[in-house]
Amino acid sequence: MQTTSDEVLIARIAGGDRLAMQVLFARHHVRVYRFVLRLVRNEATAEDLISEVFLDIWRQAGKFEGRSAVSTWMLSIARFKALSALRKRPEEELDEETAEQIEDHSDDPEVALAKKDKAAVLREALGKLSAEHREIVDLVYYHEKSVEEVAGIVGIPEATVKTRMFYARKKLSEILKAQGIDRGWP
Amino acid sequence: MNTANKEPHSDIEELLPWHAAGTLSRRDTLRVEEALARDPELARRYALVREELGETILLNETLGAPSAHAMEKLFAKIDAEPARKPARSLNLGARVSEFFASLTPRTLAWSASAAAIAILLQAGLIAGIAIKDRSPGGYETASAPSTNPGVGAFTVIRFAPQASSDDITKFLEANKLQVAAGPMAGGLYKVRVSMTELPKDELARIVKQLQGDKVVGFIATTE
Repeated sequence: MQTTSDEVLIARIAGGDRLAMQVLFARHHVRVYRFVLRLVRNEATAEDLISEVFLDIWRQAGKFEGRSAVSTWMLSIARFKALSALRKRPEEELDEETAEQIEDHSDDPEVALAKKDKAAVLREALGKLSAEHREIVDLVYYHEKSVEEVAGIVGIPEATVKTRMFYARKKLSEILKAQGIDRGWP
Repeated sequence: MNTANKEPHSDIEELLPWHAAGTLSRRDTLRVEEALARDPELARRYALVREELGETILLNETLGAPSAHAMEKLFAKIDAEPARKPARSLNLGARVSEFFASLTPRTLAWSASAAAIAILLQAGLIAGIAIKDRSPGGYETASAPSTNPGVGAFTVIRFAPQASSDDITKFLEANKLQVAAGPMAGGLYKVRVSMTELPKDELARIVKQLQGDKVVGFIATTE
C-alpha cells in the first residue's frame, strides 16, 4: 500500500510539487541515509549524498515509469551515488578503512568473545563484510527487498543475487569462527 | 529426508534469507516451509538466518539519522532549479482515501498515538481552512489544495513520537505557534510561526531555535 502512495507523490513531484517532495523525503530519507552510510562509512559523506539522491528524484520524477517500487528506485540512485563517491575517495582514506578492519582482528578470539555477547559479535562481524556483501545483506534483511528487486538495484541476474547472499552469509560465519563462535555452518 | 546434508548449497537453502524477511512469493514460501518441516538441519540453519536478520536490523537502526541540514541543503538546491508546472490537483475525498490507503502498519501504530492530540490539532486545521477560504487565489501546491492557510510564515514539523499532548500544547503556546494543516502523510504538520511573511534569515533563525526543543522530531521551513 505504501508503494501506491509513493507513486502518487512521484507524479506530483514530476509536476513541481515541493510539499510532495517534503513528504517523500520525510518518509524515506533515514533508510536511504543508512543504506548509503553502510556503503561509504562516513556520516558527512552520507549526509551530502542524501541531498544529491533526492535532488535526482526531483529532477527525474517525470521519467519514473513505475516498473519498480519507488523505494527500490531510490535505493538504485543511492547506490549509484555512493559508488561514485567511493571512486572519488582518496586512496589513503580507503587504506585507513582497510587498516581498521585488520586491527579489529587483533583481539584473541576468546578475549573478544568474553568482552561481548554473541549478538554484539555478530553485529561486529556484519560490519566486517566487504562492501559487496554488506550491501546485499542490508538490502535483503533491512530494506526487505525481494530477489528480483535486489537484482534491479545491484544490476546483476537473480541467480547471482541468491548465490551472492549465500556467500555473504558464509563469509559471515567464517568471520564469526575467527572470533570464537562456531555456528556449525557451513 | 535430510536435503540440507545431501545438498549443502541447495536452491531452498539460498531462499532462506528471503523467507525470513517475508519477501518470497507464495509458491516459494510453501516450498521453503515444506522443506523446513521435513529437514531438521535446514531448520537449524534457518534459525541462524533469523539471528542474522535480527542483528542486521538492530545494526542499521543504531546508525542514527541525518541532521535537519540534509533537508535544508536539498531544498536550497531545489529552489535553485528551474520552476515546473504544478501537477494535476486531486479533490479532498481522493486525498483522504489516498492518505489512509498509504499507511503502513508502522505508520498506523504512530497514528494511534497521534490520535490523542487530534482534538488539539483540529482547532488549528479548522483555523487553517478558514484562513485559506479568505485568501485571494495565491499559489497552491497540487498535493495540498486545502492546506494553504493564507499569508504568514510557516514551518513543517513532525513531533517527536514520545511527545505528549501536554508537551505539544505547551510548546505551541510558549512559541506562539498555530497548527495550520495536518497531519499529512509522514506525520507532518504545517505550523504558522508568524501572521506576516518573514525574511528567510529570520525564519531560519526561528527554525533553528525550535529545533532544539525535545517536542520537535523534525522541522524545516516551508512556503
